[in-house]
Amino acid sequence: MNRQRFLPVLPILTLVVMLGPVAAGLWGTFLPALGHLPAAGLTGPSFDPLRDLFAWGGLPRAVMLSVSTGLLATSVSLLIVMFVTAGWSGTRPFRALERLLSPLLSVPHAAAAFGLAFLIAPSGWLSRLVSPGLTGWDRPPDLLIVQDSLGLTMTAGLIVKEVPFLLLITLAALGQTDAQRSITISQALGYGRVTGWLKTVFPRVYAQIRPPVYVVLAYSMSVVDVAVILGPNTPPPLSVQIVRWMSDPDLAMRLEAAAGALLQLGLVVGALAFWRLAEIIIARLGRHWIAKGSRGRFDTIVAQGALVAGGVSAIIVLLGLLVLAIWSFAGFWGFPDALPDGFTLRNWMRFGPGTMTALGETALIAVVVASAALILTIGCLEAEYRYGLSFSQRAVWLLYLPLLVPQTAFLPGLQTLMLSIGADVGRAPVMLAHLVFVLPYVFLSLADPFRAWDARMGTIAAALGASPDGVLWRVRLPMLLRPILTALAVGLAVSVGQYLPTLLIGGGRVATLTTEAVALASGGDRRAIAVYGLMQTGAALVPFALALLLPALVWRNRKGLRHG
Amino acid sequence: MKHLAVLAALLAPVPTVADIDLSNWETVTAEAEGQTVFWNAWGGSTTTNDFIAWVGERVKEEYGVTLEHVKLTDTADAVTRVLSEKQAGEDEDGAIDMIWINGANFAAMKAADLLFGPYAEQLPNWAFVDVDGKTVQTDFTVPTEGFESPWAMAQVVFIQDTADLAEPLGSMQAIADWSAANPGRFTYPQPPDFLGTTFLKQALVDLLDDPSVLSAPATDDTYDAVTAPLWAFLDDLTPTLWREGRAYPATGPAQLQLIADGEVDLAISFSPGEATAAIANNQLPSTVRTFVLDQGTIGNASFVAIPYNSGSKAGAMVVANFLMSPEAQVRAQNPEILGYGTVLDMDALSAADRAAFDALKLGVATLSPAELGAVQAEPHPSWMTRIADDWMQRYGVSE
Repeated sequence: MNRQRFLPVLPILTLVVMLGPVAAGLWGTFLPALGHLPAAGLTGPSFDPLRDLFAWGGLPRAVMLSVSTGLLATSVSLLIVMFVTAGWSGTRPFRALERLLSPLLSVPHAAAAFGLAFLIAPSGWLSRLVSPGLTGWDRPPDLLIVQDSLGLTMTAGLIVKEVPFLLLITLAALGQTDAQRSITISQALGYGRVTGWLKTVFPRVYAQIRPPVYVVLAYSMSVVDVAVILGPNTPPPLSVQIVRWMSDPDLAMRLEAAAGALLQLGLVVGALAFWRLAEIIIARLGRHWIAKGSRGRFDTIVAQGALVAGGVSAIIVLLGLLVLAIWSFAGFWGFPDALPDGFTLRNWMRFGPGTMTALGETALIAVVVASAALILTIGCLEAEYRYGLSFSQRAVWLLYLPLLVPQTAFLPGLQTLMLSIGADVGRAPVMLAHLVFVLPYVFLSLADPFRAWDARMGTIAAALGASPDGVLWRVRLPMLLRPILTALAVGLAVSVGQYLPTLLIGGGRVATLTTEAVALASGGDRRAIAVYGLMQTGAALVPFALALLLPALVWRNRKGLRHG
Repeated sequence: MKHLAVLAALLAPVPTVADIDLSNWETVTAEAEGQTVFWNAWGGSTTTNDFIAWVGERVKEEYGVTLEHVKLTDTADAVTRVLSEKQAGEDEDGAIDMIWINGANFAAMKAADLLFGPYAEQLPNWAFVDVDGKTVQTDFTVPTEGFESPWAMAQVVFIQDTADLAEPLGSMQAIADWSAANPGRFTYPQPPDFLGTTFLKQALVDLLDDPSVLSAPATDDTYDAVTAPLWAFLDDLTPTLWREGRAYPATGPAQLQLIADGEVDLAISFSPGEATAAIANNQLPSTVRTFVLDQGTIGNASFVAIPYNSGSKAGAMVVANFLMSPEAQVRAQNPEILGYGTVLDMDALSAADRAAFDALKLGVATLSPAELGAVQAEPHPSWMTRIADDWMQRYGVSE
């Protein structure tokens, strides 16, 4: 098959790779939710599972937690990122924050959550640093901070991880928006820094980062690992409860889990619709605000507030990392000691060899999966550019399905499918399963920067005699180096962080850093968690660092390609 | 020839236990050589993980069996996995070769015909097992019938931080009284966590005048009346718990971490040697000690079982047999390493092996067998299931 015929097939292939498993998995959710699970000797249809779900006493709170956490975490982290970018982009504090991005992003959610928990708990590090000196506490006070019933600590844990993610995406988008000239002009017209940015650059940036924002919303609503560590558990958020029902030895509970998963899907769709509605309203108000021509009176306060918020969220993650590092070398460490009784290499000697094996497995899977996803994505986007084979507006939503459907809902169905087609457990099926989740992230990260590329460059190159392939390889891809590497790093990080797909599809035989770390987290040995968390951080840190460093190195003499 | 072989394979009866000759151990070990055994076992305890890694090294040396520890967060995941495999028709070489199992998970798998066996009592080292003195042939009152083999004995003990709680507490009522006088200094893992439901069972057994009613399955007639004292006890206890019962530690080790953090002073454990091992690993302060209730505490055995569709049954049996060997049992009982009680009968051992057990030091926070006292029987699994469900309705969604 020559390339000319191959390229147009890629979008379809990509959709099949992503949607086949999701469709099968969803089917495996719908049937049990309607009471059909032959494995448990139950045949539907019946509404009992839904009735049981609504009879569960914890449901109202679990639903409220899911919705409030998702909306709050998404809006707060988006506000922080937008105001920080508006007020500080191009300045020294902003560049400092930018340099912190890679370490911030590469801290796994679970490790960041663990760090946060140990920082702010009544017996946490902050309390130890000032006890008993300032507080007089010989024993920690009995305060419900971590796992608070409103889920605020869990929300904070999500915000500190979503801020760097949105900032990275915003940086990638900024490169396509020609922001600097707009700012210069608006400032020349007397607009304040923040007001000018919001009025001229924000609409263009937001149009590009909208898909990742939706992903953040869906993710925050259905996250499991962070919720287990930081969230309330009397009752827990809906996603955690679904996982609990799934793992009940009584198979009939899977019906209730499936019904819960359907509800979770409905909640996510509802929240996204709500968000879209809010976008429309804000856009209308915004146009009115722009037309009014106000130059901005509170710019300085807003900018400073945002910088403090962004700085604090960064410091929390970094302090959490520091605490992990201390725990990984800690001997006995009781309250109220600010530091352990002694430092030892024993923890690393105990857990280090295990992490190296897991690291090899993790890296192999992540590199293969992220590369495959990148190739498929670029192929799709290039096919779209050359042949106009773009996904219709409705089809674009199909891309989101793997990110919007709670993993717990469609993975067991996927597992059954893989078994029945004879794809036995092991590394290759795990890679395929990872691809389902990695592809959308890579596509969503890359699609908008790719499409926003100035096509006139291609026209010029073609006029100079370059073939379509030549334009792609010699003009477009090099110019898009930064977003491409970003997408690759995101893909790697997503693969590194996959827990349920690795466990379920791998039949437990594929041990990555994440499956090992989560298994240990259930036991609560902080030293082991620290060693694995640091290794996991390292596995994701290197790609993110390269995504930021390489463009700066490669384009050190091409100012216009360096973006910021 | 090839066709004949295929034909023969097709005509052969569906293999049951018959495909492995258990009466001849040499053929089992011969078949096991080169096999890889995926042992699905809870991976939340680093001391247990280290022990399993050691078992892997030993069976590799001795029998050429490769042991891979699949670290579970919840044993039910493995049950679910075997079920999905059966559903998908994977009957020959499933992903799981051995499961650390007991209680409700064993009852569920046995009832659903998901286990290989009977095999346990044909293993050579079964001869050393203390069949009369230890509950190794019933699992939560359900007869094992050779479908799982024991490898450790467990008994409930309470871990106290003597820096804050000097004297042992003799009964559940004493624990509630102490907690009322010292609010916020006690908690237990959140049911349906295994250890959390164990706490509830232990409370019920201790509160009842005659706990023998628990050995029969719970029925609608008996359940409410029998468990009423438990709920009255918990209604009094809960407001005095850590965080007023609005949050609970997720697991046993997380609960130990709370002692190390100085957040609580008292915790339940299902392993008499756990506290000593935790001190050695810097996970608990050196001031912790353990105690049992005056009337005794619940005890049971930990088992391993082999799924019906394991492709390495011989290898799994070799591992199961090794786990019951005096060598492995001495190591498991060593409080510095694991501190699990042995399943073996001291009188059945050779003098040298018995000496190895005698030479073990108990460890600073471990009670002697005499101090551990009477072992109370586990209630029938139906009690645990219903009590856990009820607890979740009463206290699990209380906010």
